[in-house]
Amino acid sequence: MLKIDNLHAKLEDEDKQILKGVNLEVPAGQVHAIMGPNGSGKSTLSYVLSGRDGYEVTEGSASLNGDDLLALEPEERAAAGLFLAFQYPVEIPGVGNLTFLRTAVNAQRKARGEEELSAAEFLKVVREKAKSLDIDAEMLKRPVNVGFSGGEKKRNEILQMAMLEPKMCIMDETDSGLDVDAMRLVAKGVNALRAPDRSFLVITHYQRLLDHIQPDVVHIMADGRIIRTGGPELALEVEKNGYADILAAEVG
Amino acid sequence: MAETAVLTREAGAADPGLAARLGALDLPAGGFTAAARKAALARFEKMGLPRGRDEYWRYTDPAAFNAAVPAPLQIADSGPDGPLFEDIDRLRLVFVDGIFDAEASDDPALEGVQIDTLAAAEGQADHWAAPVYGTLEAAGHDRVARPFGALNTAVARDGALIRVSGRPARPIHLIHRRADDGADVYFHHVIVVEPGAEVTVLETGMTGARSNYVIEVDVMEGARFHHISAKRAGYQKLGWGGIFARVAAKALFKSFNLSLNGTLMRHEAVIDIVGDDAVAHIAGAVLGDGKNGDFVHDDTVFITHGAERGESRQVYKKVLKNGAKGVFQGKILVKPGAQKTDGYQISQALLLDENSQFLGKPELEIYADDVKCSHGSTTGAIDETVLFYLRSRGVPKGRAIVLMVLSFLADALAEVEDEALREQISERLDAWLTRHA
Repeated sequence: MLKIDNLHAKLEDEDKQILKGVNLEVPAGQVHAIMGPNGSGKSTLSYVLSGRDGYEVTEGSASLNGDDLLALEPEERAAAGLFLAFQYPVEIPGVGNLTFLRTAVNAQRKARGEEELSAAEFLKVVREKAKSLDIDAEMLKRPVNVGFSGGEKKRNEILQMAMLEPKMCIMDETDSGLDVDAMRLVAKGVNALRAPDRSFLVITHYQRLLDHIQPDVVHIMADGRIIRTGGPELALEVEKNGYADILAAEVG
Repeated sequence: MAETAVLTREAGAADPGLAARLGALDLPAGGFTAAARKAALARFEKMGLPRGRDEYWRYTDPAAFNAAVPAPLQIADSGPDGPLFEDIDRLRLVFVDGIFDAEASDDPALEGVQIDTLAAAEGQADHWAAPVYGTLEAAGHDRVARPFGALNTAVARDGALIRVSGRPARPIHLIHRRADDGADVYFHHVIVVEPGAEVTVLETGMTGARSNYVIEVDVMEGARFHHISAKRAGYQKLGWGGIFARVAAKALFKSFNLSLNGTLMRHEAVIDIVGDDAVAHIAGAVLGDGKNGDFVHDDTVFITHGAERGESRQVYKKVLKNGAKGVFQGKILVKPGAQKTDGYQISQALLLDENSQFLGKPELEIYADDVKCSHGSTTGAIDETVLFYLRSRGVPKGRAIVLMVLSFLADALAEVEDEALREQISERLDAWLTRHA
């Protein structure tokens, strides 16, 4: 599914290297978590993979099912099946949530040479999926994320994910700013989307999200590289002892 | 009504430009408007043509408005979009090169409204529009000279005279068409909304190589007036227009103006709140592309609060690219005694490239001590985070920018109360933006 090989990246207008050789492979159907201290490059990795401006890849490669991600525009990466759930979902006043969703779904279908969904078909699907995420009709009508609570914004991200049916979902600190109930709801939405042909890369600071979205593999990232990889128990170790021991072991 | 203090040039300043401008004009004799026309001409001669050093002409060069005659302008293809508001049930009044075309118009019989045209009514010695014609325009010179308004009152031959006494079932649609490549077109509408009455007036189309329009609106006690204007100019189009409104107690005035392209467009709005508990909102959405030459769009607004508990809103949004220039000069004047006034003004520009510019001048002048007035002005580029968000969902860059422009304009568009009309304008904007992406 996702294959990252020796990925190096820096900020375009600064000479500071942020990713210093990331190697990572997420097979189809698996959930991988990336944990790591602040400034380790987790969010940068998600931005570089999804094609945000301002970063320059200096070395290495990243591919999704064989497609060279780094050669594609952000919208092409999306059409190829990549989805990034934002840590801070963006507010778009004046653009209705439904309009936005339908534009996105149909743009991707068009890019893949599929037929666009009619308004009626789209509404039927979106209502169904919104319901399971506890998103009411009112929220669907409102402008994208405007006036949404933190929890509503994150649920809206998951709704987009559910509608767009990506193959590879990257979740950038989706748990930040969520209370326990909101986190459960988000996790439920994500778990409902787990499928043999869909993979997840869950970026988080804390183990608690991983109680609800259980990972197959946990990676620890520090200073722009993956320094350790293990099973779910690695997340528990971090929760108990912090990153200090792992970092020390790596340096040692 | 406000005391009128017409600004004048320094005494004896010779103005050969003015002589040439007047020499090129053909003055109608006038019937019921004769006195108003004569007074307006005297005002115009006294004020003279605007100059770059004039306070309200610093950002917009008036030279093309001042020229004796404009360059001819070929009639442009109306483009792939059909007429706006086509599927709205409305009463159409068509003006061709500023002159009423009865053949092309609907039967002007509409319950609750009396419709006349200036040219047809002109011969009468007296008319219900007489107390308004030129009066609101003249009052609009308080503190600021508006020579082209006076010029219009003096020379305009036709326009709609609309007296609303009830609540007509349909909006009235003023449609302007061009038949001639020719020069100056002047038209002058007078709209009186009598106590408790309500009307919606739609306006579309452009006229003349250089157009000059005045709309005088008298919104009487408890009346409601909605004005929605959507104008798409060809390139090399010059236009000056002024709306002069008087808003009485408990009355509501709302005007939304969409303007697409042109070379030099200036829209002046002068709104005088004269009665307590009145509401006046004016909004503008402008899309300007400088790729085929100059683009300057100027909104110059003056709202006077002369009564208590008045509410005013100015919402202006300009989207500019390829060296386009946007100007906004907006003033709120709160007179002594106009307590509990709530005045709000926002002007914003979205610059789609580094060559475009926006010049904003908000002004507040307040002589009452218990008021709430605020203004804001911002100029910015496309927000890269929002753009990335949209693209990361699969929306192609061009489409994402169109959505962001529509998002930017939403607050101005929200001033159109009627949902069906708002939706049509939004769709039209979408199509236009998509073509011009």
